[in-house]
Amino acid sequence: MKRKNEFDFWISASLMIFLLYTLFMVYPLLRVVSKSVVSAETGRFSLKYFIQFFSEPYYYTTLSNSFKVAVSVAAVSLVIGIPLAYLYNMYETRGRKTLQLLIILSSMSAPFIGAYAWILLLGRAGVITKYLQGAFNIQVPTIYGFVGILLVLSLKLFPLVFLYVSGALKNMDNSLLEASQNLGRTGFKRFLTVVLPLCMPSILAAALMVFMRALADFGTPLMIGEGYMTFPVIIFNQFVGEVGTKENFAAAISVIAIIITMIFFLAQKFLSNRHSFSISALHPIERRKAPPLGSFFIHLFAYGLVALSLLPQAYLVYLSFRKTSTAGIVFLEGYSLKSYQQVFSNMSGAIWNTLRICGLALAVILFLAVLIAYLVVRKRNLINAVIDTLSMIPYIIPGAVIGVALIMSFNNRYMPLVGTAAIMIVAMVIRRIPYVIRSSVAILSRIPISIDEAAESLGAGKVKTLVQITVPMMLSGIFSGAIMSWVTLITELSSSILLYSFRTQTLNVAIYAMVGKGADGRACALSTILMAFTVITLLVFNRFSKDGEILM
Amino acid sequence: MDIGIRIDRAFKKYGSFVAIPDLSLEIRRGEFFTLLGPSGCGKTTLLRMIAGFNTIEGGDFYFGEHRINDLEPARRNIGMVFQNYAIFPHLTVRRNVEFGLRNRKMSRERIASQAEKFMALMKIGEYADRLPEKLSGGQQQRVALARALAIEPEVLLMDEPLSNLDAKLRVEMRAVIKEIQNRLGITTVYVTHDQEEAMAISDRIAVMSEGVIQQIGTPKALYQRPRNNFVATFIGRTNTMAARVFKRGGSAGLEFNGDCRVPMTNLKEVKDGQEVLVSVRPEELVILGTEVPGEVPALTAAISYSTFLGLNTHYIVELGDGLQAEIIQESQIDDIIKNGTVIKLGIKPEKVNVFTRDGSQSLIQGV
Repeated sequence: MKRKNEFDFWISASLMIFLLYTLFMVYPLLRVVSKSVVSAETGRFSLKYFIQFFSEPYYYTTLSNSFKVAVSVAAVSLVIGIPLAYLYNMYETRGRKTLQLLIILSSMSAPFIGAYAWILLLGRAGVITKYLQGAFNIQVPTIYGFVGILLVLSLKLFPLVFLYVSGALKNMDNSLLEASQNLGRTGFKRFLTVVLPLCMPSILAAALMVFMRALADFGTPLMIGEGYMTFPVIIFNQFVGEVGTKENFAAAISVIAIIITMIFFLAQKFLSNRHSFSISALHPIERRKAPPLGSFFIHLFAYGLVALSLLPQAYLVYLSFRKTSTAGIVFLEGYSLKSYQQVFSNMSGAIWNTLRICGLALAVILFLAVLIAYLVVRKRNLINAVIDTLSMIPYIIPGAVIGVALIMSFNNRYMPLVGTAAIMIVAMVIRRIPYVIRSSVAILSRIPISIDEAAESLGAGKVKTLVQITVPMMLSGIFSGAIMSWVTLITELSSSILLYSFRTQTLNVAIYAMVGKGADGRACALSTILMAFTVITLLVFNRFSKDGEILM
Repeated sequence: MDIGIRIDRAFKKYGSFVAIPDLSLEIRRGEFFTLLGPSGCGKTTLLRMIAGFNTIEGGDFYFGEHRINDLEPARRNIGMVFQNYAIFPHLTVRRNVEFGLRNRKMSRERIASQAEKFMALMKIGEYADRLPEKLSGGQQQRVALARALAIEPEVLLMDEPLSNLDAKLRVEMRAVIKEIQNRLGITTVYVTHDQEEAMAISDRIAVMSEGVIQQIGTPKALYQRPRNNFVATFIGRTNTMAARVFKRGGSAGLEFNGDCRVPMTNLKEVKDGQEVLVSVRPEELVILGTEVPGEVPALTAAISYSTFLGLNTHYIVELGDGLQAEIIQESQIDDIIKNGTVIKLGIKPEKVNVFTRDGSQSLIQGV
């Protein structure tokens, strides 16, 4: 009898999750697809939006622009990130843990905040621009457009490459390196012919990740692109600019975006399957001391890079303590806490919203992700296989598209979710949950099934085993995933910007709204607060994680 | 309390692959019973069917009179020890041992005293409040045993419990397991692919191959009177030679190489001239020297090389028909016989085993 009850429990859990995916992801995406092929005027099937997109250069150039941005950012991130990871893992560096923390920190803010700070530094009226012009009469090349986007996104995304490749290097067996040395292959040649190929699966995964993020990011091009339009920008413009009239066109662009990301996703899958192999490190790589000159350059490279990528955030922190005019938009000589006073008296809602919405989203994500991982790994059946596939879909859906899809689906009498915190939570859960599921699945797969069986043979039921044994064993891994998710959630912009209302404005959205108007002490104060949250989170993470292993 | 296990016509398949076609088996009360076989022979599959982790596609499983086919693993009252120990890494040794007890309606005091008793039995009391990762492999195995035994199961199941230990610990732990099992008298089913381990520890062994039990018997019976050539080659070392039956009046014997004729007294019904396989263990070959009188049956062999191992000396020789054979001889004080020396070999007829040509049946009486 007992067996039957448990059977029902897992089946209903599967069904519930399947329903949630259907309602909040499949249905909205189908809405987008159906809207894209239906004329808004006649209500009949029509490909006119696709035809319009591909016939007007204003639109279709955004495609090649996005492409150029994403490919260049991925290339630059690899070129910076791989050597950094290699040097970091092969040689002793001073302040290793701090260095890693700083590298991670530099990736942990919304890219548009970086763009904003770079404008303040290197833009037309930027401090560095003005200084160089005044003191040396040097004309700084323009930072607006493609170059700016590339700069901002590369500095923001190379840490992903660093983390992925570091992970691969940590799993590499030192004897492989020794064997190649023994066979007469050392130094750069060994790096090219042994180390790089062994890291290839991770490199491909990192490249895809960077590519997708660069492709989907729209805060940066909006801020620093100045006419260099990428397609997330036009989705946003079509949708927010003239709501209703261009909804179908935005849907069509969304469909094109999904198709493109899907192609890249599949290509990456194909390539990494060809390169897949497993090695288990019995003897991890031992770091060596570099010769003095080499060590100097390693430190210069690593810390220089970190300094460069943290410069914008540091500058914003500095500005947040500057005196400002009464309205808060002009910086004056001297220092004050006025920006913070203004923020706390007027904007505390945004701070509270961030904690509330992101906190709830995180709780939902963790609960569902662990449950889904358990179902997928331990209870293989057809419906769970479908759930597994569904859970991967958000990987390839840009945030803006998720925002658009949710608005199109839940702006009605039956489910009036638009403008509520719920819809923002739904968007955050959908966007983030694939990563947590993947890392939970990875952790769970490493727990031998015999652990479950041992618990069972000792008289524990399936649910008891899950709660008392499996989840506690997964905890450290889930915890690191949760920390990273938290940081991603509080810096989420591309779907929140479409979904927020005045009641659910988060910090990131508030900053975005303010920086659009130019220099602003309050925006700087808010970014500093956001950064403080991130730093605290990272420090907590560092305190609790054994080896500083990060699961993205 | 201890009960026997009866398996009646068990059937198991994975997809279209039949792992166990039709297997019946009886295990006596309090017996230490081992399933032995090469990997993929179905021994672990069978054990997991007994444990309840594998579904049973056909047949009946009984603990005593009680049919357990549809009983959940949690309710079969079995203790299981896993190959990788399956110790809960986030619980202390004590909590690991108490885990099964806490799933029963038992007072706190009972749980504590029961756990204490079995930790003492397995000599892990001093690590009670440590986490398992701080323990060595042997200590972890002791924890696993204490945990399995603490619930006082009716049956103890062990799935290659020693294969992750180094050779020395393995020998030590198998003595521990044997002693505990003896003391508690619990019906135990033990799975291993290591025939030496099986011999050392078991009351009876079932040798399995391709889902079929080849022979069940005591270690001594399996070694000395294997039922077929598979068992003969799997248990211990042996030289398999081709021979022919000869009959002279009422007596029969084996003819090797057309000249060496060894009389036998324990052959079943055989035909004159019948081709057979003879399984001769290395210690059943005797080096008779370089020359023997004509009437003594002997094989001619040339020493290929030798290995001196202290107590024994192993010779690898080449027989006339190009076949290699191994001989184990108690080490002599004389010189080791030089490579290339041609020698005469005698056979101990009462010890050798004779099988049909295909190796499927023994031709020795009473087997």
